[in-house]
Amino acid sequence: MAQEQIRQDTRLSIRTPRARIRGLGVAHHGAGHWWLQRITALANTVLMLAFVVIVARMAGRGYVEATQLVAKPFVSIILILAILSVTIHMRLGMQVIIEDYVHAPATKIVSVLANNMYAVLVAVACLYAVLRIGFGQPA
Amino acid sequence: MAQFNLPKNSQITQGKSWAPPPGASNLQTFKIYRWNPDDGATPRIDTYQVDRDDCGPMVLDALLWIKNKVDSTLVFRRSCREGICGSCAMNIEGQNALACTMGIDECKSPDNALPVMTRKDKDGAIRIYPLPHMPVLKDLVPDLTNFYAQHAAIEPWLQTETPAPEKEWRQTPEDRSRLDGLYECILCACCSTSCPSYWWNGDKFLGPAALLQAYRWLIDSRDENTGDRLDSLHDPFRLYRCHTIMNCANTCPKGLNPAKAIAEIKKMMIERTV
Repeated sequence: MAQEQIRQDTRLSIRTPRARIRGLGVAHHGAGHWWLQRITALANTVLMLAFVVIVARMAGRGYVEATQLVAKPFVSIILILAILSVTIHMRLGMQVIIEDYVHAPATKIVSVLANNMYAVLVAVACLYAVLRIGFGQPA
Repeated sequence: MAQFNLPKNSQITQGKSWAPPPGASNLQTFKIYRWNPDDGATPRIDTYQVDRDDCGPMVLDALLWIKNKVDSTLVFRRSCREGICGSCAMNIEGQNALACTMGIDECKSPDNALPVMTRKDKDGAIRIYPLPHMPVLKDLVPDLTNFYAQHAAIEPWLQTETPAPEKEWRQTPEDRSRLDGLYECILCACCSTSCPSYWWNGDKFLGPAALLQAYRWLIDSRDENTGDRLDSLHDPFRLYRCHTIMNCANTCPKGLNPAKAIAEIKKMMIERTV
């Protein structure tokens, strides 16, 4: 059990209420996380509309035509922006959910790490696919 | 992981059903949470019949009627009986409220019922529990130590470096009006104990009541410590556990809006960086 968790446990440690509430003090961050989540949310609304239009235009087309559409500079750029905005937003949102509900220190750290790695993996895989098609090497 | 089930010895059992007062015709049933730390028993729900013709109109009147005439062991906090002391905050029909300002008829009205609280057993009884997710000391009395420590932690007093003026610290009428909707808070804890974020992280998240008071001092034109106050809130848990669920604004018996105050603090945080 982490030292701070022992100190905060009323069954294991005698502390004043003020000491418990102050805990380890202020983290001096959080505003950036919150602000970036709001900005990416706003970006997502626009980018997802564009993304839906792109997907709709692929409907009924074959593989070659679909990759040709993705390879268009404007479409590629929209997709890259959407991938970045969505994966950043996903990572931030999931981290908040983990912090809300997962309280065991080890599970929490592993969950947050796994969340970060998953977001990076999804982002890199998607970016790799778009760039590869965009630069003319369809898989 | 989060614990969603109550510990084994916390399962609520069916308690005593007290006999209705003899000769009374206008009865209202109350089902009230009972727990005594000294008898080792699990919590139970006691059923009382209150004679409406012999009792005042508010839920607190009914509780006092029960305590005076039926069961003197029923424990609850109360003081002013007019919504200014905040002592009698409790969970009435699924909604946190002050027993003294909640009418017996009012708490049965459909307007007051939370959608999530729709129950199978529509027996017309009024259910009264302590404020949710706080340690219970006895019956309807929660332990608010943590809650008060959080209020103290935001340093709810005027902080200045300029020597105090001979008379008062002056404000424009506009300065003063910014405190409206904030200073009225009576610290009854209805908002904080209705907040799921506070339930899960009440040790680190300051909760709507303390944050409303934090904003009351942040926005006070006379206070000279705004920056330090913001610094002490710049934390993923203390401030940013608020996910704008709005239960606080929904439940506040004084009609205040802690969620808006918290949103204003978040805006101030951004304002000083851009």
